[in-house]
Amino acid sequence: MPGKIHNLANATHGKSMFLDFLLDLRAVGLKVSMKEWLTLIEALSLGFARADLTSFYHLARNLVVKRESEFDLYDRAFAYHFKGIETHFDIDDDLLNWLSNPVLPRELSEEDLAKLKSLDLDELRKQFEERMREQNERHDGGNRWVGTGGTSPFGHGGHHPSGVRVGGPGGGRTAIQVAEDRKFQNLRTDRILDTRDIGVALRRLRKLAKDEQHLELDLPASIDKTAREAGEIDLVFSPPRHNRTKLLLLMDVGGSMDPFAELSERLFSAAHAASHFKAFKAFMFHNCVYEHLYTDIHAHKGIFTEDLLKEIDNTWTLIFVGDASMSPYELSHQGGAIYYGHQNATPGIQWLRRLRQRVPNSVWLNPEPKKFWGGTTSIGIIHDVFPMYEFTLSGITEAIDHLRGLLGTHYQPPLH
Amino acid sequence: MGITEFNGTKSYLTSAELRDAVNVAIGLEKPLLIKGEPGTGKTLLAEAVAEALDTEILTWNVKSTTKAQDGLYVYDTVQRLNDSRFGEGDVSDIRQYINYGPLGQSFQKDRRVVLLIDEIDKADMEFPNDLLHEIDRMSFMVNETGDHIKAIYRPIVIITSNNEKELPDAFLRRCVFHYISFPGKELMTNIVRVHQPDVEESLLQECLAKFYWIREQKQIRKHPSTSELVDWIAALRRAGIAADKLQEKLPFLGVLLKRETDIDAWENPQPRKRYAW
Repeated sequence: MPGKIHNLANATHGKSMFLDFLLDLRAVGLKVSMKEWLTLIEALSLGFARADLTSFYHLARNLVVKRESEFDLYDRAFAYHFKGIETHFDIDDDLLNWLSNPVLPRELSEEDLAKLKSLDLDELRKQFEERMREQNERHDGGNRWVGTGGTSPFGHGGHHPSGVRVGGPGGGRTAIQVAEDRKFQNLRTDRILDTRDIGVALRRLRKLAKDEQHLELDLPASIDKTAREAGEIDLVFSPPRHNRTKLLLLMDVGGSMDPFAELSERLFSAAHAASHFKAFKAFMFHNCVYEHLYTDIHAHKGIFTEDLLKEIDNTWTLIFVGDASMSPYELSHQGGAIYYGHQNATPGIQWLRRLRQRVPNSVWLNPEPKKFWGGTTSIGIIHDVFPMYEFTLSGITEAIDHLRGLLGTHYQPPLH
Repeated sequence: MGITEFNGTKSYLTSAELRDAVNVAIGLEKPLLIKGEPGTGKTLLAEAVAEALDTEILTWNVKSTTKAQDGLYVYDTVQRLNDSRFGEGDVSDIRQYINYGPLGQSFQKDRRVVLLIDEIDKADMEFPNDLLHEIDRMSFMVNETGDHIKAIYRPIVIITSNNEKELPDAFLRRCVFHYISFPGKELMTNIVRVHQPDVEESLLQECLAKFYWIREQKQIRKHPSTSELVDWIAALRRAGIAADKLQEKLPFLGVLLKRETDIDAWENPQPRKRYAW
């Protein structure tokens, strides 16, 4: 029955390129909404990107992927889906098939279904067929801007047997090759971050508190109110907004952290530049925290950890940065510190526990890729004390969600 | 107005993908969201579209204090009060004191214009959401007068973002999204030629080689972009420096690298310090 929505379960054979592609996109983790998907179908019906697979690649990406950090996921799904079938890719047939028998994924929500039903697929199909006839009659070459409001847009002209883009820069590469290049890999969110990224992430730590006790004169609001009341002076008072966040940053600068020195430095400068904390302290340590914490990288100047513990309390937020990779005895033994001659009376793990107890709102950022965590005993031990996140854009975002209490106070991220 | 042939304006070169994205956004009547590295010409795109379609462009430069309301209209109560005190203007006509913002103006034009919302990520997190209704319906109400402003012609909305903030999902779902990749050597050659039509081939190639090489260096924090390259080549030519001179030393390095630490890192490359413990 044309135009009527079917459920996937009822379909005899769900061989629709569109549906399968949607499922593949979702399978790699892209949250493609039904609205975006229908927009893509609308665009195709209007005659966009019917010429070849390459323009389809770009069109679909324009409409269903809204963050460059997700381009790599899209590339993977696209290459997986279209590899091997690119030569007999015929978008017209496929779209027409789908429009006359619109099979949908089972997992559709009520809301999505309602949206779909409001869409007149028959109308869309008619439009599309008309457009196809037109396209066969006229041969509009590519590279045109579209005409007046809402009327016929025309994409690239002409079919090309194997979906090779015509006339684009670096031409001659197929969509599959483009997708397989995966040149957006470094835009993924699990990449390492720069200062700006960190700054943006840290800004989310703000806790704005309204102090109802001490009101301040709100000058712009007063002027506005006065003018609205034709000059009758009306003073507006409102509570000032203070940021209550107090941040303590403890960074490992030991030898095994050398490859990540720049990364820690960026976190430090981002936190330092952030003027919105009520208080900010940063110290360094080597491998594990013992009696001292340092303010310089050579471990000459510093303070007693004991003293720091007295200065901070549970209103603080603590971020640890370190690879947590060391010999287990550096954590568990008295005198386990890595320096020859440093006889620590309290085992390192005790210091870590005391810090965690003092500042329950704390996380550990580990620059070591998560997949290696399981192979290092000391990471497991520290992970039992601190919630540990990967020091990447997605990791730091999660860590800050954790600190903001969005993941629940007792949440412990999985080790693997 | 019919279809307009576009092959890049004289000063703006673009890729086929970007042209297609613009076409789709116009065809579907959806805002076009443009992201990309600084210097890839995000803002210039809107001007190029306006030029190609031979229409007007309205620009809304978003700042950290910008509110969605500012784009629609502002009721200038202070001016009205002032006028009432000094007996100027027609105080009884509130419409005189309604100043339309860029979005409000674009709705009232008697032809389709291009509306550029520049650097939307500078504003508050909620800013894009506050605009959803107006951009969807292309209409709004002026509360003070009861006027209903509806777009005569839907403007072509082009939005740029520098990624300072994540944009809300509901907003993103409504946009056509395009990410401008940094231009490769081929496109870059053409871009430079637009600005420096008679540049010597040998100098151009040598500069491009050095430019991309600098961009690959890890110790450089702020990578030079297109505009820096164009300026650099202009400076080299004015000083009459030939291509082979670039082998030994890079003159006018300050044009390419804007940060002192980067210049320092470039001129005094140091092996990474190691701390042995």
